[in-house]
Amino acid sequence: MKIVNFAKENREFVIFSIFALIILLVAIFAPALATHDPYEAVLNDSLQSPGREHLLGTDVLGRDLFSRILYGTSTTVSSSLILVGIIFVVGTALGMLAGYFGGVMDMIIMRISDIMISFPDLILAIAIAGILGSSLGNAIIAITVVSWTKYARLARSLVIKIMQSDYISAARLTGSKTPHILKKYLFPNILPTLIVTAATDIGSIMLQLASLSFLGFGAQPPTPEWGFMLSEGREFLQRAPWLLIFPGLAIFIVVMVFNLLGDSLRDVLDPDTNRINKKCRKKVIENEFKKDCKGIRRNSASNWGIKWMWK
Amino acid sequence: MNKKEIGQRLLQIIVVLFGVSFLTFSLTYLAPGDPASAMYEASGIIPTQEMLESARLSMGLDKPFLMRYIIWLTNCLQGDFGTSFFMHREVVVLLMDRLIPTIQLTFFSLLITVIVSIPMGILAAVYKNKLPDYIIRGLTFFGISMPGFWIGLILLYIFALKLNLLPVISSGMGFQKVILPAITLAIAMSAKYTRQVRTVVLEELNKDYIIGARTRGIKESVILIKHALPNSMLPLITLLGLSLGSLLAGTAVVEIVFSYPGLGNLAVSAVSTRDYPLIQGFVLWISLMYMIINLVVDISYNFFDPRIGKKEVAK
Repeated sequence: MKIVNFAKENREFVIFSIFALIILLVAIFAPALATHDPYEAVLNDSLQSPGREHLLGTDVLGRDLFSRILYGTSTTVSSSLILVGIIFVVGTALGMLAGYFGGVMDMIIMRISDIMISFPDLILAIAIAGILGSSLGNAIIAITVVSWTKYARLARSLVIKIMQSDYISAARLTGSKTPHILKKYLFPNILPTLIVTAATDIGSIMLQLASLSFLGFGAQPPTPEWGFMLSEGREFLQRAPWLLIFPGLAIFIVVMVFNLLGDSLRDVLDPDTNRINKKCRKKVIENEFKKDCKGIRRNSASNWGIKWMWK
Repeated sequence: MNKKEIGQRLLQIIVVLFGVSFLTFSLTYLAPGDPASAMYEASGIIPTQEMLESARLSMGLDKPFLMRYIIWLTNCLQGDFGTSFFMHREVVVLLMDRLIPTIQLTFFSLLITVIVSIPMGILAAVYKNKLPDYIIRGLTFFGISMPGFWIGLILLYIFALKLNLLPVISSGMGFQKVILPAITLAIAMSAKYTRQVRTVVLEELNKDYIIGARTRGIKESVILIKHALPNSMLPLITLLGLSLGSLLAGTAVVEIVFSYPGLGNLAVSAVSTRDYPLIQGFVLWISLMYMIINLVVDISYNFFDPRIGKKEVAK
């Protein structure tokens, strides 16, 4: 029953979770769903337009676009999720340490993140990925290097805020050890905000990875990766527009689903109030307020009259 | 923001720039392969052992790391960022050449963003949870989920190839070359900005003085134009300033799509040819620009909201 109630209360979240699940399933079962081998080049079938044999057409090497896009799902989804996981763990751990212990550690971490903030993200990521050498792994490292500071800052400020609360002082007074405080009091309290941030970031991180691949600093051929497929298709803009429509559409749909999922997760995890309560309360207040306003407006003339009489 | 604070910020910028310079310098030495052979490879020459050694000597690679950094830094401070490996021209000259097109592109996309998203955001805020709000919010979701390079390619396909309205390669002169790249950048940015405008205006509309104005029976349109909007300008300007950074980053990808001769395009080719002096110069340059923009945004608070300056005096 609990699950049903939860689903009823958070309809959006459940719907988008199902979409995300479908995407994950496509990523996992791509080999079963694909109609062709995504790596097999059949030069005779080069640049065929979408049809019965090739659902979404073929690229210049005659590889089936539909199968490549399906295989690309797992590349994109798995690498983005791994990336978000790494950034989340590294950033949160360092931020918590900085916030809890302060001192030199705090200063170093904060100065580094000052430096990182003074760059536009993608520019630095391009530089790092390019210098390390183009590969999906290096692209992941590059984006981690530029993005962890966001989580570190967030975790740090949350920790500092929580440290001032009474229950931490109480825990300290009663002799709780540092690891215990970190584990039992701080971590669970900062987790929801950080999870929401991570969830809303998945979409933009996918876009960053795809951008790096598009520029040639990410996935390398013959890996089916959507960003890279778009850059391959760029040359055939005129002859084979499907090469640029479908991979882009795939990125768009997946990013959109994860963006919406992140947004609805925020509503679910909103630590202050249940969303439905909030909605109801707001509506009630708004309606009462409107009524009041109307009343006052209608009566304003007569009110003034009475006041004048009294004077 | 008074003079003292501006001074502090400038000092901070200098400190951060030192950090950035150290970071970029060490980054290029973390790279696989040594710079001397990278220089020859960049110009397409296969070097002999002697050539490599003399190049290493002239580049100062025999000295310890910190010494090299200090030498490089003093040169930078004197305006000498070195010579590009690949293009054999001074880095400063190359960067300056590309700066103006990028500023043009940024300016136009910012202009489009402001024109599009401020009215949309206000509309969404005023009609909160009604049809216009849902439509606008849906559109912004589309905007933030579409990769910039894809939008660029689609626009290129439609307007340049099918309709023949605009040039495919934006390398010539004139206004035409800016249109498509600027629109591409503006789409993603106005999506983000529209949402921010909506939040800011909504927040303002829920404040006490607005409620007071409503109870006094003042027309909604007057409340919006005379009271709410001027007061929400300040956060809007801040957010716009901050999004300039992401705009600068986005230009790299879009410039590649349209072969637009800007800084981002230069940076990408510098990275792919491992043109270290150019990469270092570019990264320093961009971060300096970015920090100055942020400083200017902060100073502009004073201009738009005199309260901030006065509060400090009162203290």
